[in-house]
Parts: sequence; C-alpha cells; structure tokens
Amino acid sequence: MTDIQARGKPKILVLFAHPYPHHSRINAAMIAAIGDLSHVTVHDLYEIYPDFHIDVKREQVLLEAHDVVVMQHPLYWYSCPSLLKEWMDTVLEYGWAYGSGGTRLRGKELVQAVSTGGPGHAYQPDGYNGVTMTELLRPFERTASLCGMTYGAPFLFQGARLRLPEDIAAHAAAYRQWLDNYPHPGQQPVCDQPAVPACDR
Amino acid sequence: MDGLLLNAVIYLAAAVIAVPLAKRLGLGSVLGYLIAGIVVGPWGLKLITDVDAILHFSEFGVVLLLFVIGLELNPRRLWGMRWPILGLGGGQVVGSTLALMALGMLLGWSWQIALAAGLSLSLSSTAIALQPLTERNLLGTPGGRSAFSILLFQDIAVIPILALLPLLAETAGTGSGEPGWIGALKAAAAIAIIIFGGRFLTRPLFRMIASTGLREIFTAVALLLVMGIALLMQLAGLSMALGTFLAGVLLAESEYRHELESDIEPFKGLLLGLFFTAVGMSVDFGLLFSRPGMVLGLVAGLLLLKAAILVAVAGFARLPSSQIALFAFLLAQGGEFAFVLFGSAAGIGVMDSDTVALLTVVVALSMATAPLLVVINDRWIEPRFTRLDERPHDIPEDEGNPVIVAGFGRFGQIVVRLLYANRIGVTVLDHDPEIIDTLRRFGFKVFYGDATRLDLLEAAGAAKAKVLVIAVDDQDASLALADLVQQRFPQLRIIARARDLPHAVELMNRKIPVIERETFHSALRLGEETLKALGQPAYAARKKTLTFRQHNEDLLKQIHAHWSEDMDKRITLQQQARARLQQNLAADEKAQEEARGLGWD
Repeated sequence: MTDIQARGKPKILVLFAHPYPHHSRINAAMIAAIGDLSHVTVHDLYEIYPDFHIDVKREQVLLEAHDVVVMQHPLYWYSCPSLLKEWMDTVLEYGWAYGSGGTRLRGKELVQAVSTGGPGHAYQPDGYNGVTMTELLRPFERTASLCGMTYGAPFLFQGARLRLPEDIAAHAAAYRQWLDNYPHPGQQPVCDQPAVPACDR
Repeated sequence: MDGLLLNAVIYLAAAVIAVPLAKRLGLGSVLGYLIAGIVVGPWGLKLITDVDAILHFSEFGVVLLLFVIGLELNPRRLWGMRWPILGLGGGQVVGSTLALMALGMLLGWSWQIALAAGLSLSLSSTAIALQPLTERNLLGTPGGRSAFSILLFQDIAVIPILALLPLLAETAGTGSGEPGWIGALKAAAAIAIIIFGGRFLTRPLFRMIASTGLREIFTAVALLLVMGIALLMQLAGLSMALGTFLAGVLLAESEYRHELESDIEPFKGLLLGLFFTAVGMSVDFGLLFSRPGMVLGLVAGLLLLKAAILVAVAGFARLPSSQIALFAFLLAQGGEFAFVLFGSAAGIGVMDSDTVALLTVVVALSMATAPLLVVINDRWIEPRFTRLDERPHDIPEDEGNPVIVAGFGRFGQIVVRLLYANRIGVTVLDHDPEIIDTLRRFGFKVFYGDATRLDLLEAAGAAKAKVLVIAVDDQDASLALADLVQQRFPQLRIIARARDLPHAVELMNRKIPVIERETFHSALRLGEETLKALGQPAYAARKKTLTFRQHNEDLLKQIHAHWSEDMDKRITLQQQARARLQQNLAADEKAQEEARGLGWD
C-alpha cells in the first residue's frame, strides 16, 4: 500500500505568480490543467494583490492549512516575479516562519514549478547563462531550509519561447499528473535532480 | 461726544506712534504704551487730564487678559500645576510681603499700612511679564513655567488680599463694612453660578449662535459673557479678573475656544494698551521731582527685595542659571493689581492718599523698568550664563499639533482619520456647527471657525504646525487660505484638495506643492474595477490605471502651462473643455499601448 493511499493526498497550495497571465501560454495552460484537482488550491497572487498590499494573516492561515507549497512562476531576470518576493518578505515573518518561536511551517514542503524562456542547456556551467537552475533557485531552497521545510526538486519547463503548442499541452498534462501523485512532504527527491518531465527532456 | 472722539484719536495716535517705535528699539510694546501715556498725560503734552476715569475703564483690559489666559489653560493642566503654583507662588508672595513690610516699617509706617503696601507690591504684572515670555516662546521653559505659576498664584491671591484689607482698616480703627459671612456667601454663590453656567449653559448657547452664522453676534455674545461675569463678580465683591479667568478655564476645552479667543483678542489688546497708557499718564512726576530720593529709593528697594526673594525661589525650583535673571527681572516690578489694591485701600481708609500717590509712582516706574531690565538681561546677563550652561536649553515645543486640517466634510474627514489612526495630532477647523457637534460625539477634536481668518489660524498654531491640509469645498476660500498662509506662514507646507481642473490650475499657479483633484482617484478606481469586470486580470487593470494616472497628471501640467494662452484667445470655458477632452482622448489611447506586459510567458 502506498503512502498516498494510506494517508490520502497531501494538501497542496499553488502560489501562482505571473503578472500578465493573459499573455502567457505555458503558465496559463498549467493553471487550467490543475483547476479541478480537489486537493490543490490555486492562489493567484497578482489577481488577489494587484496593489502589492498582501494580507499577511490570510496568507499564513492558508499556509497552515496545506502540506505542500508549490511556487509556480516564470523565471524573470533569474528570479521570481516581484510580487512573489514581496509575498516571501511579508508573509514569512520572524517568530512565525523562522527565528524564535517560528515553527509554523516546520515539516511542510516547498517546491517550485518554474518556466524559463531559455532552453535547458543554457542553464549549465558551459551554457550561455553559466549557472545551473539549482544555483539560481538557491535562495528559495535556503528559505525553505530556514523555515524548517523540505525543498523538493523543482518542476521545470525550459525553452518556453520556442515550444510548440503540443509541447505545452503535454507539459500541462504532466504538471497535473505530478501534482496529482505528489507524495507527502519529505518523500520527494531533493533539489539536485530537477524534476524535468519526460515531455520536456 | 466730541471729547470722547478726540480722546480716542489721541490714544490711538499715541499708541500707533509710540508702540512700533518702542518695539523697533527692542523695548517691548508695554513700555511703548507707558511712554505714550507719559507723553500725552498731565506731565507730558497735557492732552488728557481725566486719568482716573481712563484707568478705571481700561482695567477691563486686564479682565479680558485673564479671560484669554484662562482659555489657554485647561483645568487638568491647572490641577497638574498645583504644586508649583502653591509652592513657588506662595513662597514669592509671602516672602516679598514680609520683606516689603519690614522696609515700610523702617520708613516709619504703621504695621497696617506696611502690610497693605507689602501685599499690594508683592504682586507682579501679568501683562508685563507674559508679553516677553510669549514673544520669546519661553512659556514652555522651566523659567517660563515657574513665572507663570507665580503669576497665577498672584491672580488668585488678589481675592484674599482684597478681603484682608477691611480687616486691617478695622484694626486700624477706621473701617466699616458688612459682616464677613454675607460677603463669603455672595462670593460662593457667584462662583457657583460661573461654574454651573460655564459647564452646562455656554455650549448650547454658542452652538445656537454659531448656527445662525452671524459673526458679529458671536462676538457680541463673547463680550457679553465676559462683561456679565465681570459684573456678577463685582456685585459679589470679588475680583472681576478672577471671575473671567475662571470662566476662561471652564471654556478652555470647548470647541469654540479658538473662536472666542480670536474674537476677544482685539478688544483685549486695545484695552490692555489703554490700561498701560493710563498707567503712564498716572505717574505723578511732581512727586518724583519733589522727592526724587524717596521715590527712586523705593523703586530700587522694591526691585531689589523682590528680585532677591525671586532668586531664592528660583534656587528652590532649581531653575537653570541662565534663566534665573530673566525670571527675577520679569517678576520684580509692581503690577496692575497694585493699582486696584491701592484704590481699595484708600477707599476704606487703610492708606492715606499721599501714600497711595507715592506708591503709584513707585509701581508705575518699576513697571517701566521691567522692559529695560529685560533688555539688559538679553544683552549682558543671559549670554554669559548660556555659555556657562555649555549648551543652549532646548525649548520644548508646546503640545501644538503638527497638522492643521481646514474643512472637515466628507473629504477632510478621511484625511484626518488616516492621521489619527497613525497617532498624529491634528487640529481641525470647520465652520459648520452641526458637523462639529456630530464629530465631537465620536471623540474628534474639532474647532469652530472660518479658516481664512488670520487670528484663527494663529490660535490654531499655524506658526508651529508643519502641514496644512486645505480640504474646504469652497474654491474661493481654498485659494484665499492658500494665499494667506503662503504670505504669513511660509514654513507651513500646504497640501490642497482641488475641486476641478480650473481650481487645480489656480492652485498650481500658487505653486502649492501637493494638489489632489478630489474625484480623480475614486474615478480611476471605478475605471479599474470596470476593466476587471470585463475580464481583465487585476494586476493588468491596475497597471493600466496607473499608467493612465501618470499620463493624466502629465497632461495636467501641460494644460497648466498653456492655460493663460488659452484664456487670451477668449474661447469659452466650455469650448476649452470640449477641445481638451478630444485632445486628451487621443493622447490617452497612445499612452495605453505601452501598458502591456511583454516578455512574459
């Protein structure tokens, strides 16, 4: 008997951060693909906080109600969109998420679903970006670590600019499957092996 | 009638010439009035001879002064000052009285005369001492506060002294009068009436009068109130000044305080000036010339004894050394109450008229020295001590609020609530009594008055505040207020609500740093919500709205730059508005093209 069958599916919170989803192909398709998963909550940050004024209490309540936090966003200037950074800066409070008494996220899992415009081989020591995705996503991994969370291997979609519509559909389907079968925290390989789905390799 | 008019012209002319001159010479306005009085009086140009009548009439200036002082004090503050008042004031009055009484007995006066003179001379001049303190913003310093405590104690001490004088007359075997308990009963009744009326009757009365919108009737009621109380106190045999002071204290927390203050202020200023002029006229230079040694000796003795006692009191109060000299100099003279007490003492036969004449000259001359002593202190004494104290003393700001909001309607209210929520002190001015009433019930501090009046702005602390928010809805009043404040309070940063585009342009012409069109932001918000209702993502709608706002604000600057040209072309405002709208719409379309997010997937 697998873990999921025994304990039920983990509750997953997708923090979706894309400033212009109506101009997006891949991220919009991914969000559309997971909309009906009952154990997944999609939380569209740019839609909810267009003024960048984040309701910290509400976000913290939401986090406490979930086991896995998925940050879904495009890579922009080698990082996340600014609202997601603002979210991290304000919601992950001292004494709540980290520091003295900051234990509320302990034992949960943080994972990222990231799309990049450049192809996968660009994010290699010998590629034109010169660094790996693991290195670029290090701040998120450290954040998870400081909050006592495990940091799952990121789910990547690379070379988005040149992809065909069928690639996008396949990746969206893989994303749905990935979340549908996502294990409970701590049972996922950690970040040194990015989870690039078969359709994207 | 001719005589009255002529006298008025003489007083006013003398004051208009002498006061600015004295002020320019650094002598202060009080000395200016005294000099004016000496010049026009019996020993000067002999333009005025009926000095006693004028003196009596102008004592009302002192009464108004005490009312205004009362308005500026609230009972809680008074209660908080009870120890300095009793300790410093009591020490000064008792010490000075004993010292002066001893001096009098050395001169061969009976102990009754010496005690009456000592009590009268121990009092200082509130007007003379307060003027330099307020002019220099020293009331918040330890020296200023101590001086003020002593003056307050003296103001209150006048009443028991007045009650004591007849007893002295009785022991001297010359007096007569009604039994003491009737007087005490009358006094208690009068004070009860003032406290009850001040607490429960004045507010509804002022509200009723204010809602009629008749300014001069409000002024009339204010004067009626003060004069009525003065009359009541006189009937009860009490000090008029004390009664009005009490009434002032009771009204100090009323929302009409600033309005009352600015209504009474001009009368107070003029009558007080008249009072000092009259004191100047009453100086009997004949005595000075016939017995110069006696007169000058007494002036010197009075000043030295009182100053010595004051220095002792200052030591007791641990005043900083740089402030002791000013403290002693300001309170060492005799005061206006001395004239009142001399009159009373002469009336019941405690003092003979020769002694009264002599002491009047002494007090008047000592009052004249006060401004001179202040100048001496400023030039020679204080600079030394300031160096000794190593650093200049902080002059604490009094509890003036940093923000004044003019207009507390739907607009100003939001501004004020935001500031209140952030614990920023706000003084609010509004001219609608109903609004004031409602808001007071919710605990806001709101004052009634027309914000475009200079005196009201002064009373509201415009000289100390940092920011003025003009939130009035009347455009003319808004512009008048902006003009007035830029002229008189250039340090005050103005933040203004604009009703519409022409009003905004008028405000921009005045270089007001912050101008917000009142409907602009809420209209933008509705536009943004409309975009969202049509299915646009929230952030995209927000960005488009902000882009449009930026574009619109730039456009406003362009319109402002071309405004006067358009006016010259004499096209009607409506035509202008239509042409502007067409241009704007074309420019708007272009601006929005750039508000799309590109480069994301």
